[in-house]
Amino acid sequence: MVHGRTIFIWCMVFVSLSVVVTAEAGRREFWNTPPKLESEESYKVPPPPFTEGIFPCSECHKEMRPNPQRRVLKDEHTNIQLKNHAENERWCLDCHDMKNRDKLRLVSGEQIDFTESYRLCGQCHGDKYRDWKAGIHGKRTGQWNGKRQYLLCAHCHNPHNPRFKELQPKPPPMRPENIR
Amino acid sequence: MSDMDEHDEHVFRLTRRKALKGLALGIGTMALPAKEASASVWESFFQKHFRELGSAERQKILARLEKEYSARYKKSVRVKDTPAPEGVLFGYGLDLSRCVGCRRCVYGCVTENNQSRDPQVHWIKVLRLSKERGVDLEHSEQYYNPATVPQDGYFYMPVQCQQCENPPCTKVCPVQATWKEKDGIVVVDYNWCIGCRYCMAACPYGARHFNWKTPGLPAGDMNPETHYLGNRPRPVGVVEKCTFCMQRTREPDGKYPACVEVCPVGARKFGNLLDPTSEIRNVIENKRVFILKEDLNTQPKFYYFYSV
Repeated sequence: MVHGRTIFIWCMVFVSLSVVVTAEAGRREFWNTPPKLESEESYKVPPPPFTEGIFPCSECHKEMRPNPQRRVLKDEHTNIQLKNHAENERWCLDCHDMKNRDKLRLVSGEQIDFTESYRLCGQCHGDKYRDWKAGIHGKRTGQWNGKRQYLLCAHCHNPHNPRFKELQPKPPPMRPENIR
Repeated sequence: MSDMDEHDEHVFRLTRRKALKGLALGIGTMALPAKEASASVWESFFQKHFRELGSAERQKILARLEKEYSARYKKSVRVKDTPAPEGVLFGYGLDLSRCVGCRRCVYGCVTENNQSRDPQVHWIKVLRLSKERGVDLEHSEQYYNPATVPQDGYFYMPVQCQQCENPPCTKVCPVQATWKEKDGIVVVDYNWCIGCRYCMAACPYGARHFNWKTPGLPAGDMNPETHYLGNRPRPVGVVEKCTFCMQRTREPDGKYPACVEVCPVGARKFGNLLDPTSEIRNVIENKRVFILKEDLNTQPKFYYFYSV
C-alpha cells in the first residue's frame, strides 16, 4: 500500500508541475508575442496634415542616437507643446516610435503608418473611434449613398493640442426692420 | 312697363351690371401679359400644376426655364426634375454637443440654393440657447455676434425645415402649390404659388421664407445646377424653403447636402431612414435624440442629438 501511495504522490507532483510549466509557457507566449493584427478595414483618408518639410522624420533622425530619456525638447520641435491632452502623463515616445521614426507606435508595440493614426487615437478614445467608423463622429463629405470621404483625427484636431480652436462666426442675419 | 321696354330697345342704357362687367373685363385684360411680352411669359402663365404634367410637357417647361435663366444669368443653367429615389426616406441629424454656432451652414446654404442676397433670405437660423435653460426657444437669440464662438455657457441650435412627415404647411395651401414628396421632402412649385403665405403661418418652425422683392441674386454667385422644385431662381412673391439640397441628394451619386459638407465640426448627419446601415439610423438607435416641438405631432425627420 505504501508503495502505491508513493506512486500516487509522485504522479500528483508531476501533473501539477507540468500544469505550472505549461501555464508559465503559455503566459510567456502570451506576453512575448505581439497581438495579431486586427483585421480592420482600413479607411481611405487624405494624406496626413504634416507641416511642410517635416516628413519623413527619418531624414533628420537617421543620424541621431535616440534618447529615451523623458525631457523638455530645447533644440528642435520647440513649437510642439502638449496641451489639453494629459501632458503630465505623456511625452513624444508614447506615440512616436523610437526605432522607426517614420512610424507611430501603438501600446502593443505595433508600428503603424501616419495614415492609420486613427488606430492610435482609438486606443484611448474608443467611443469616438467607434462613432468615427460609423460616420457619426467627425465630418463626412462625398456621397450619402456611396463612397464617403473620411478624415483622420489629425485633420481636425491638432494631436498635440486636440481642443478645437474658437472660430469667428459669420455675420448674423439682418433684422427684419433693416431689410428694405 | 312693356311700352317702355319696347321704346328703349335700341338705346344703350348703362346699367350697373353692364358697368361692372366692362370694368372687370378691362382690369382683367390689363392683368394679362402685355402684347410684346415674350412667349415664355405666356407659356408660364398657362402652365399646369406640376404634378399634372406629362413628361413631354415637363421637358418643355424645363427647357423654357433653362433658356430663360441662362439668358438672365449669362451662363449655362441646368434645371432638373429628378424624381424621389425609390426606397429612400431622407432623414437629418444635428449634433447639439458639437455645433459651435459659427453659421458656416447658413451661408453655405445660401450659396448652394440661390437665395436672394439682397433682400436677405436665409433658410437656416442658428439659435443661441443658454446651457442653464436648455432648449427654451422663448429665450433663444439668433442675432448673437461675438468675436469668437462658442461662448461659455451657451449652446447653439440651427433650425431649418424639419421635413415633417405630417406637415402642417402643405395642408393650408389653398392652391396645393406645396406638397410632400415620396422621399419625404416638402417642396414648393414656385410657378403655382400665389404668395398668400398661409404656409408660413402654419409652420411651427419658421422654416418658410417669402420673397418680398425680386430676389437679388448676382449672376456671378448663381449656382447653375438647379432643380425645378428646389434651388432654381425664384420669382418675386413666392414662398421658399429648405429641400435637403435635392439637386444634390436626389442624384444617383447622392452628394451630401451643402450644409453637411460645410460644417467645420461635423455636427450634421444625413442619410436614408429606410437603410438600417445609414448614419442617421445609427444616430437614432445609439444616441440621445429629440425632435423639435414633438407635442405638435408634426413628426419631423430632423433629429437633434447629443453624441456625448
